[in-house]
Amino acid sequence: MAKYLLLKHYRGAPPAVNDVPMDQWTPEEITAHVRYMNDFAARLEGTGEFVDGQALAPEGTFVRYDGPGRPPVTDGPFAETKDLVAGWMVIDVDSYDRAVELAGELSAAPGAGGKPIHEWLELRPFLTAPPTVTD
Amino acid sequence: MDGDLLRRLIPEVIGVLVRRGADFAAAEDAVQDALVRALDVWPADPPRDPKGWLVTVAWHRFLDAGRADAARRRREDLVVEEPVPGPTSEVDDTLRLYFLCAHPSLSPSSAVALTLRAVGGLTTRQIARAYLVPEATMAQRISRAKRTVAGVRLDRPGDVATVLRVLYLVFNEGYSGDVDLVAEAVRLTRQLAAMVDEPEVAGLLALMLLHHARRAARTTPDGGLVPLAEQDRSRWDTGAIAEGVRILQAALARDRLGEFQAQAAIAALHADAPVAAETDWVQIVEWYDELVRLTDSPVVRLNRAVAVGEADGARAGLAALAAVDPAVPRHAAVTAYLHERAGDPVTAARWYAEAARRAAHLAERDHLVRQAARLNARPAG
Repeated sequence: MAKYLLLKHYRGAPPAVNDVPMDQWTPEEITAHVRYMNDFAARLEGTGEFVDGQALAPEGTFVRYDGPGRPPVTDGPFAETKDLVAGWMVIDVDSYDRAVELAGELSAAPGAGGKPIHEWLELRPFLTAPPTVTD
Repeated sequence: MDGDLLRRLIPEVIGVLVRRGADFAAAEDAVQDALVRALDVWPADPPRDPKGWLVTVAWHRFLDAGRADAARRRREDLVVEEPVPGPTSEVDDTLRLYFLCAHPSLSPSSAVALTLRAVGGLTTRQIARAYLVPEATMAQRISRAKRTVAGVRLDRPGDVATVLRVLYLVFNEGYSGDVDLVAEAVRLTRQLAAMVDEPEVAGLLALMLLHHARRAARTTPDGGLVPLAEQDRSRWDTGAIAEGVRILQAALARDRLGEFQAQAAIAALHADAPVAAETDWVQIVEWYDELVRLTDSPVVRLNRAVAVGEADGARAGLAALAAVDPAVPRHAAVTAYLHERAGDPVTAARWYAEAARRAAHLAERDHLVRQAARLNARPAG
């Protein structure tokens, strides 16, 4: 049992095979894509492997501490930031192989022309508590 | 309310419903409903006959669920000839549930979830919280697991080794949350050991008790990891150690060694040392040799290299490590440790940093980063 984060990037991942921006798809293609994503999440709920999934707005703010008694400093958004996360899904699966299998399926979501996007998803294991048996 | 009593009754109550003609999945659902109700009602109004109460409520739930008129009709035939539940059949019922819930057709996470619910008597919500997943996800995992074992007949014993693997998993990954899964694994293994006369069952129980005994000394108050050598041994639970050693000795006397007994023997040798420096590493290496023979596991070979480093010196440990697959988790951490023991802090610091990057556990990573920082902060020369 291990949790993995599936990260979807707006920017920062290698280009997808079917790399057409979403605003150039047909409305039907967008509907099909959204349905695929929803069905995928619903299926993982059914298999008892779904933990969480969220989408993020592309524009964010950078915030940092600016010393005692001063309000935090904000900056951005920065157009040049290389890595931009679009959203995530957290899964709880029996093995790394299963996590890869699911990420592969998610990457097959249909895009332009109704064909799979072949988008690169980033798979990151959660750090966990250490095991009880240590020697 | 005695929560332990309540949970001990759950497998027996499932057994009664199954004997009355309910299928396992429906019986288990009904008993879970009764359990949740008991948790509500019992604190204010404890029943005189807890098991009778659970059977009555669960049976009504089963009927209300209206799952199968056929089952209801069957019940009318079967209830008449229902055998009087005696102590023997309760043990058999509970034992059969252990085997069913650890059935080899289940994935490890499904077997764990089903065991905790049907044998352990935990609620879906408690299990979900313990494993940090949504309750709906855990509910689905459990109902799928029940569908998977739906066709399995409950009348023949399974392989106890599969049950032990599930219990070990609960123990080893029993992250301390709302529900103390480590203690729960000990309870379930103790219950199993009372029903099954197998040295390896006793071996697993001993292993759990001996590791559980160290619990208070394993972590700092803020959750940091304390390595075995640095633990305050006065905080080890001597009662659990004594019990673990006694159970282990009786198991070893049967002369049917298995991996859990061998692992427990290693834990017992650590428990036996009043201070880390007095650890009998030579004997520990011998037990690791047995474990390598029994399991041929690369993780065991890695731990053996650590023991060799203590018994015969860090150089010998590094030589033993050279034969271990570098892809094994914690390989870099052991490399760092042995290099430091061999008097090479610069190489050790580099390996500690690498080990931190590869760590799979949060507290372990923090510990390794701290080791690297400690060595890097040494004055030059």
